Amino acid sequence: MTEPTDADNDLAQTSRRRFLHGGVAIGGTALAGGLVGRGDALAAEGDNLPPNVPEWMRVPGDPMGSQPYGTPSPFEKNVVKNISKNLPQYLSASGRTPLQDLDGIITPNGLFYERHHGGVPTIDPAQHRLMLHGLVDRPMVFTMDDIRRFPSQSRIHFLECSGNPVYKKPYGKTASDLVGLLSCAEWTGVSLKLVLQEAGLQPGAKWVVAEGADAAALTRSIPIEKCLDDAMLVYSQNGERLRPQQGYPLRLLLPGFEGNMNVKWLRRLHVTAEPAYSREETSKYTDLMPDGSAREFTFYMEAKSIITRPSGGQRLAAKGFHEITGIAWSGHGKIRQVDVSVDGGENWQQAQLQEPILTRALTRFRLPWHWDGSPAVIQSRAIDETGYVQPTLAELLAVRGDNSFYHNNAIWPWHVAADGEVTNAANA
Amino acid sequence: MLPMRRVRFTSLLTLMLACAARAEAQDHYGIGRTATPAEIAGWNIDIGAHDGSGLPPGRGSVSHGREVFEQQCAACHGDKGQGGVGDRLVGGQGTLGTPNPVRTVGSYWPYAPTLFDYIRRAMPQNAPQSLSNDDVYAVSAYILNLNGLLPADATLDAKTLAAIKMPNHDHFVGDPRPDVKNPDCTSNCK
Repeated sequence: MTEPTDADNDLAQTSRRRFLHGGVAIGGTALAGGLVGRGDALAAEGDNLPPNVPEWMRVPGDPMGSQPYGTPSPFEKNVVKNISKNLPQYLSASGRTPLQDLDGIITPNGLFYERHHGGVPTIDPAQHRLMLHGLVDRPMVFTMDDIRRFPSQSRIHFLECSGNPVYKKPYGKTASDLVGLLSCAEWTGVSLKLVLQEAGLQPGAKWVVAEGADAAALTRSIPIEKCLDDAMLVYSQNGERLRPQQGYPLRLLLPGFEGNMNVKWLRRLHVTAEPAYSREETSKYTDLMPDGSAREFTFYMEAKSIITRPSGGQRLAAKGFHEITGIAWSGHGKIRQVDVSVDGGENWQQAQLQEPILTRALTRFRLPWHWDGSPAVIQSRAIDETGYVQPTLAELLAVRGDNSFYHNNAIWPWHVAADGEVTNAANA
Repeated sequence: MLPMRRVRFTSLLTLMLACAARAEAQDHYGIGRTATPAEIAGWNIDIGAHDGSGLPPGRGSVSHGREVFEQQCAACHGDKGQGGVGDRLVGGQGTLGTPNPVRTVGSYWPYAPTLFDYIRRAMPQNAPQSLSNDDVYAVSAYILNLNGLLPADATLDAKTLAAIKMPNHDHFVGDPRPDVKNPDCTSNCK
């Protein structure tokens, strides 16, 4: 129903040529020579369409072992992380999830958004240690084998950078440009509470300062209530060990809290009476208000949603039926309801929510839509289990101004033009 | 005899059940080992932002800080801390409540010890934790001097750094959210 504005025909042609000329590993080199000649004879347009039998049915496919670690089809090569080409530097930088190209609620590990402040370290897990000290009965050191001996748990949660997106124009062109510092995965690890109990918390323990083993030695202060609630020490993501970009071999996971606090490459937990007031929780990740004051320790990501299809950068190929679909999430719990408007916010109707609806996880929503071919503005708003309703950008700006850099959870409307082109209506 | 046996059996069963329950949920698993004071001292570089606790011995002057800054920092932050690839470090005081706020160490950072902490743990970006404590004090002194918060002839150490009150210290507030209300209109909303 929708198609990327990039000419995917070019991609298909390029990939097929590469295949036919042996650029893609076919395996079975004894066969390859003969196949290429036969393929060249079939290169004409339409030869793989009915009533013809496609060429990939008339030769064996890749043999087992061609890809010891599987990768996507070469035809999906454009579905990659969205990394700006114009960043001042790439050691403290971010890469976004291509939300508009994904289905369901789980982000593939290779497309999970990245944000790091001193590059991605390469850590030998055998030489990695977690130190736990401060206001504890017994300061401790754990190996990765130790951590994995604790009772484990697996939970699905989203993770979102709080600067996603900023408040000032120009706003992003695609769903990924706008809110692509958002991903969702099944995380496996140990409850932080169990590990803290192992050392024994002392009276006066109010904060846990977490430090990463990266070149930024990134440090954030976590309130003890969160540490004793649903915080996890995570070593696996979507069934496999964490990727280096996500904190291999160990990261903190604080469901619903801003991404920066979920310290990666976790090496130290310092139990304290006071927060550290580290650079990352004072000069950064604080929200400047119009009166010059700044909000600090704004942990939770509020309810939010976005339509991912159709969305900016896509084009509706024809009038008629289109499914509107997107994702909703809240740091405060489950999504209760998602409303969608297809008339510029005049009227709203309830979207269908796809099970499972999990706390602090992405929830997929859908609404069938008949597009009559006239210009339209479509948008979604999330309501979470606390009853909180995702605000419009105008409502946010009226309270916070546009110097507030983080925690923008506004509704993002998409404009569908008569030719089917979808653009960000907020930039109009 | 029989009642006695029953009692004994019940007690044993209770004990066994209690043990089984303990195996499922217990406070201590006997996993991990005690960290030694030397290990903690080597890794714990945290500093108390309020009182400067944890600041190491050492000292550095503004003038020495200028030299270190030119060698280690200026390439990214500009020769006068005006910014470049790295953040702007200097100026901006009085701009935070205006349409074009300039957030720097001088205008925005609430605690002076955090400056030492961040430089020591994360700077320079190409070689973090490579500067001596004296050099970190010196660079901190120079950046504070560029912001008008330390005289040009000053020398910084743990005590003097902790005593500096940053201009924006009193302008941080807690999280008041939910602060924005959507009336949740569903029909004829405009």
